[in-house]
Amino acid sequence: MAEHIVQLEKVNKYFGDNHVIQDLYLNIEQGEFLTLLGPSGCGKTTILRMIAGFEEATNGMIKVEGERVEDKEPFERNVNTVFQSYALFPHMTVYDNIAYGLTVAKVPKDEIKERVKEMLELVQLMGFEGRKPDMMSGGQKQRVAIARALINRPKVLLLDEPLGALDLQLRKQMQIELKRLQQKLNITFVYVTHDQEEAMTMSDRIAVLQKGVIEQLDTPDEIYKHPASKFVANFIGESNLFDGVVESVDGNTVCAKLVDGGRMKLDAEGFSAGDAITACVRPEVMGYSLEPVEGFDIKATVKNVIFIGSQYKMYAFLDNGQEIKINRTKQDSNVREGDTIWLHWENDDAYGIKESV
Amino acid sequence: MKDRVGRIERKKRSFNLKMTIFSLIVFAFIYLPIIVMIVFSFNDQKRNYYWKGFTFKWYEKLFTDSDLIQYLWISLAIAVLATIISVIIGTIGAFGLVRFEFKIKKLINGALYIPVVIPEVVLGIALLMLYETANMPLGMAAIVMAHVTFCIPFVVIIMRGRLAGMDQSIEEASMDLGANRLTTFMRVTLPMLVPGILSSCFMSFTLSIDDVIISNFVAGPKSTTLPVKILSLVKVGLSPEVNALATVMIAVLILGLLLNSLTQAILKKRAENNVKSYF
Repeated sequence: MAEHIVQLEKVNKYFGDNHVIQDLYLNIEQGEFLTLLGPSGCGKTTILRMIAGFEEATNGMIKVEGERVEDKEPFERNVNTVFQSYALFPHMTVYDNIAYGLTVAKVPKDEIKERVKEMLELVQLMGFEGRKPDMMSGGQKQRVAIARALINRPKVLLLDEPLGALDLQLRKQMQIELKRLQQKLNITFVYVTHDQEEAMTMSDRIAVLQKGVIEQLDTPDEIYKHPASKFVANFIGESNLFDGVVESVDGNTVCAKLVDGGRMKLDAEGFSAGDAITACVRPEVMGYSLEPVEGFDIKATVKNVIFIGSQYKMYAFLDNGQEIKINRTKQDSNVREGDTIWLHWENDDAYGIKESV
Repeated sequence: MKDRVGRIERKKRSFNLKMTIFSLIVFAFIYLPIIVMIVFSFNDQKRNYYWKGFTFKWYEKLFTDSDLIQYLWISLAIAVLATIISVIIGTIGAFGLVRFEFKIKKLINGALYIPVVIPEVVLGIALLMLYETANMPLGMAAIVMAHVTFCIPFVVIIMRGRLAGMDQSIEEASMDLGANRLTTFMRVTLPMLVPGILSSCFMSFTLSIDDVIISNFVAGPKSTTLPVKILSLVKVGLSPEVNALATVMIAVLILGLLLNSLTQAILKKRAENNVKSYF
């Protein structure tokens, strides 16, 4: 079990009466890039702050490198943080900012100089060492913040939405740089974001959080293909969800009746007749035709088609008002606004979600 | 086309002229009394009603045999003491009000404005009554305490704003990097609060030096501040020595302001041009 660099066991956190983290178990492995993903208020930042020591867990156990840290001050923990607001020291130069961790540890001046130089090269900021933070752009400040956090050579780097304030292009560039940095230094990154695309791009594993509970912890690939809940399916990428009740099971294939009328079939394991099932179908594999298809009975009306450059997005709606998203790379001239279409999919393109709640 | 541009230009010029005249009137309004006072400090005439001739004798008298200078020193000492005490107490108070949650926080935040708003006479009488009840002798210590009383709210209000606008994650970053609370305070919090502390100091010092009414109530027979002394002199007739003293004070003030803006400009330029090099 020495593999786990950070361990959270049965951690609870209350803010007043507000139960923000509920019985959390989380094992973070040495050298992995783990992302805590979720909407605002889901508790992701609180988890990070509890690992860093800025927030005290109401109860539970937190271990870093196998050592319990609940009673340790932030300055006694071998983790470092990159803050959303950068939190650079405004009265210090870039050099002094980066050197801070070594200066307060009273490391000899020559060594500080050497290591600051190393850091500046790492984040490609050579020549900026004499500047004050207010003379730098957002992206540069972010690099300073990263260098400052890395100079103490932490085992774990905590990043709290570090790219939130940057514009889209810079954000994409920094995402790749961060991933490169993490692989090069081989240290554990715990990354907090609400941007699912960002999480997918960088992470080895993603923990999807909602209301203080981890809904799913898995690789980006698994989470996208096999979402554990409707929330995850909706939060990671776009999806069409069909709630139904299982009618019959034939090998892998499940036939189900939709709650709002209609029929569907899909490949799913672990279901038996009478179970509730939600079919998750991604827009790029959502099929349709102008005639009903064997095994399916889902009627929809086309609302509109939008061209966004890389693809055509077709929006339709079911009789119960639910919106259906269909993505295609080519335009279909047979379908017009107001047309009735019949939805279907390949059995293995849909994923059956068993909602535990 | 050319004609039109000309008309706009003419309008602009006439507007500029009006602006200049208006500005002159405003400045005259503000500075004329001071100019008159300075001019009369050089007047060779005991009673300051008309101009008789130029002289330096009031300045001579001021610096050789006059007790006015002595009162100036008392005033300065009181102002410095009151500033130091009120800035320390006020800053700590502001910390409490911004960083901690407690029950009567709202009440205190509101009550802060009471000493600011109530008439000085009322505060003066109140302090006098308090000192009498507590059997505290009037004089320097009493004045310092009185000044601290009305300076603290201003310091708290200034520092509260500064602290509220300060990103707390900067201090967290310091601790995150291994600095304990004391180191964090000395290396990060305090340097960031310097501008606020300086403006609090200026504010308190000015309030203290300026004050007549409250000081008048709590001043002792021997230790009184300069403004109170001058006020009492008015009754027996002002001597041009007072003009001379005021002129000296204004000169010092102007010099100070010039020096301040000069150093600011130099510092700014240095920060812009001379980027520090480390390697």
